[in-house]
Parts: sequence; C-alpha cells; structure tokens
Amino acid sequence: MVNPVVKYESFSFWYGDFQALYDIDLDVEPRSVTAVIGPSGCGKSTLIKAVNRISEMEAQIRIDGRVLLEGEDVYAPGVDLVSLRRRVGMVFQKPNPFPMSVFENVAYGPRLFGVTKRPELEQIVEESLRRAALWPEVRDRLKSSALRLSGGQQQRLCIARCLAVQPEVILMDEPAASLDPTSTQKVEDLIIELKENYTIIIVTHNMQQAARISKRTAFLMNGRLVEVNDTEKMFTRPDNELTEDYITGRFG
Amino acid sequence: MRGSLSRGELAEPKKITVQAGLRPTRRLANAVMKQVFRVLTYVVVAVFAGIVLYIFVRALPVLRLSFITEPPRHGMLEGGVSTCIYGTVALLLLTSALAVPLGVAAAVYLNEFIGWGRRARLVRAAVNNLAGVPSIVFGLFGLGFFVVFLHIGASLLAASLTLAIVVLPIVIVSTEEALKAVPRDYRLGSAALGATRWQTISKVTLPQAVPGIITGTILSIGRVAGETAPILFTGAAFYLPHLPDHPRQQFMELSYHIFAMATQASDITKSMPVAFGTTFVLIALVFAFNLIGILYRAKLRRRKAW
Repeated sequence: MVNPVVKYESFSFWYGDFQALYDIDLDVEPRSVTAVIGPSGCGKSTLIKAVNRISEMEAQIRIDGRVLLEGEDVYAPGVDLVSLRRRVGMVFQKPNPFPMSVFENVAYGPRLFGVTKRPELEQIVEESLRRAALWPEVRDRLKSSALRLSGGQQQRLCIARCLAVQPEVILMDEPAASLDPTSTQKVEDLIIELKENYTIIIVTHNMQQAARISKRTAFLMNGRLVEVNDTEKMFTRPDNELTEDYITGRFG
Repeated sequence: MRGSLSRGELAEPKKITVQAGLRPTRRLANAVMKQVFRVLTYVVVAVFAGIVLYIFVRALPVLRLSFITEPPRHGMLEGGVSTCIYGTVALLLLTSALAVPLGVAAAVYLNEFIGWGRRARLVRAAVNNLAGVPSIVFGLFGLGFFVVFLHIGASLLAASLTLAIVVLPIVIVSTEEALKAVPRDYRLGSAALGATRWQTISKVTLPQAVPGIITGTILSIGRVAGETAPILFTGAAFYLPHLPDHPRQQFMELSYHIFAMATQASDITKSMPVAFGTTFVLIALVFAFNLIGILYRAKLRRRKAW
C-alpha cells in the first residue's frame, strides 16, 4: 500500500471519563474515499473528528496513541490548530453555511488566510464552486443569502467553502444524511469526482452509499475497529462475522 | 391509584367515548382556572394602564409643548424641563457608551473563551451579585471612588461611570444569552476552516448576536433612565441655570427632578403637577428609546435572509 496520508496508531479517545475509541489502528490511502460505517454511537464521527481536532471545541477530551497526518503527529505539543484545520477540511452532517451571501461563504476561508484582493477572491470562489458542481446554479445569485439555497445546494456550498482553502484531506460526517435522494446523488457524484485530488474520509449510515463511493471501508462498533478492508471485499466476503451481521442488516 | 384497581379492570380498560371524555368536575376546574389566569393577566395590564393614565391626568395642567422646550423658571415651578431632558439623554448615551463595550467584552470572554470552568462560575457569580446590589450602594461607591478618589468631581462623567456599573450585569447577561443563541454549527464550521477563535467571534458570532446585544442595551437604558440613587451624589444637580457643555460638569436629570419636585419644593400645589409632568416626559423618553431599539433590531433581523 502507498504511504498513508492519515494514520491512526493505537489511538484511543475519551470524552471526559467516557471512552469513545479503543486502540484504533487505521491507514487512510491518499486520493481515495475511505468510508467509516457502524451503528449509531459507535464512534464514527469521533474517529474522523480526531484528525482535525474539532471535538476539543465541544468537550474535555483525552487521547492515547497517535494520529499522523503525513507522518506528523497532530496531537504533538506545539501543533498549530489553524494550519492543521487548513490542511484537513470538514463537511458536517447538517449543512451549516454562514448567514452571509453565497460569495462570502466561499471567500470566508481564503479571507482568514489573508487573501483580500477582489479579483483573486473572485477566482477562488468561482473555481471552488465549479469543483463543488454548484457554479451553474448560483452564478447569478452570488450576492444573495446562502440560507436561501436548498438543503442540497447548501451542502455543496459547504463543500465549496471547504475546497476554497485547498485542504489535502476532507472529513465528511454523514454529508448526505439530511438530504433528499436527488441531492444525495449529486453529493455522491461530487465525492467520486473529488477523490481524484483529495483524500476523503466519510462517515455514513448508508451502506449502499459506502459501497458506491468508497475504495476502502472501516467498520466500527462500540468504539473498536472491527474490520477494515477493500470496500468490494467488505460487502461481498467480509473477514469478520460481526461485519457480515451488520452489513446484512442483522443488527444496526 | 393504579394499585387500587383490580386485575380485571386493568385487562379491560373502560371505553372512553368522545362525549364523556372528561368528568364534569374536571371540566369545571379547567374552565375556572382559565378564567383565573385570564383575570390575573388583565390585572397586570390594568395596573400598567392605570399608572400611565394616572400620571397623564395629573400631568395635564403642565403638559404643553413649552414644557419640553423650555428650561425651568421661577423656583422650577414654571417653565419646562428641557435641561433635565438634555441631561438625561446625555447620561443615557454616555452610560451606554461606557457599559456596552465593557459588558460585551466581558460576555464574549465568558461565553467564548473560558466556558464553564471554575473561573467562569466565579465571574458569573460576581456578575449576578453585582446585579443584586441596591442602587444606593452604587451611588455611595460612585461618590467615594469616582468623585472623590479619582478626583473626577460630581459630574456627568462620574454619574455615567457609576450608572455603567449598575447596568453592566444587564448588558453582560443579555449579551451572553445572545451569544448562546448563535448556533454552534457556525462556530464549528468556522473553526474547521482554520479560523482562530477571535476570527470566528468577530466574523460570525458577534454579528449574529447584535440584535440580542441591542435588546440588552435597550433594557439597560430603561434602567438607567429610572435610577436616581446612583446619580444623587455623583453629578445630578438640584437646579442649574445653564446646560452643561462638558462631561465634567453637573447636570439636571428627569428622575432626580421628580424627586426634587415631589419632596423639596416650597409650594406643593404648584410643584406636584410639575413632578407628574416630568414623570410623563420620562416615561415617554424611555418608550422612545425602546421604540428606536426595537425598530432597529427588527431591521437587522429582516436583513438576515435576503
């Protein structure tokens, strides 16, 4: 296997006294989609949020082991969260565009990093919206509120917003969970396209979705990594009995 | 109740028909309580309307346009209260200018930076206790600290500083509420893009909280306008022939003027209508400020999704 972009090394994670992840070892391949599946509350979101360290904003946390981003331990002392999060973008379960115009939403990230010239911003915004397959729909309403867009458009806007800072890794926490089937389809198509240039780790509840878009799949249960395998193998001949029970719907 | 039922009854519950859903006594209790609450609500409205109406009637003898455009004359029993209106407005503006930045800064620090640890609880306890201190205590503190110790002297500035402390808890609490109401998703989204905490606050959180902060300011203005004790020793003048033209000068103020006319005047038959007239002006002024705030807030809310 090629050098992993993200590598979990016997990684454990606690919210306060509650242990959410147990001794995870996982390699994430570059420029591919890795899906994380498992029952509710099994630690899927926690697993991906461990990469950009966003959980720290919401709770008192504790970790053991390491998470490496291109060989660098993201939990090492002295790690700059700003540069870390610039390299590791995130798309949330519920679309969360800022209450600003479409343009300002996408320009938000670049502005944070000091891009102020209008032509440059315009170029980044257009480029990002194109990559997020949203440009044709919003080119005439860049100045109107992002909250006016449909849910699916909002989610693609959030993806565009994330692309605008040129991350290497994109974390997606059930990005289609609150979308209708048509919008879900669009987001899935987009993810398949994005994997050419980005490393994507996606949490999903939907096993068909995992099967459709991912190259590798990790199955998590009760905070433990049960199996990680090539998606095709995982959904046809899983190595683990628990995995088989889960994907055939015996529990979940 | 359950325990007293026999097994047979439990196994086969009595059918409830639509007509006999509620027992008559329950229906009656429901109707009676509804009326009780209704009457009590109207009592509140009636008290408020009664106060305003009473003040208006008692103020009628002096209410003319000249009452708000002219300064007091002849032992303040004639003329108007223009100098008091000027002093009150100046006091309100200066107090807000001092208290709002300080209160917002404190609320941002509490809500966005230190969260709910022990230090935060301590600061919140201090803020809540500050809100519970009787206003005369602030008056005396203002006299001792601002007027005497800092050598500011009894003045508009000293009074505004004192009042700023009085309203600080209101501004802090309402700003905190406004910040809490900003969805966490925005903060997470911003942080995930690599924003520092301050970038998130200045670009996303604070702009969203502005309507709530304005509400806090409105509330505090109402409070400032009504306070007499904190300005009693710190800058309010019994009578001044001229308008103050500097924050270091003393000023006349509506609520203190009411106090003066109601208790210190020589001719009570002449002074009481003036006291009521002044009261009416004070109420109208507070309403006017509230109205401006509410309209501005409504405008901001409308702009959110355009």
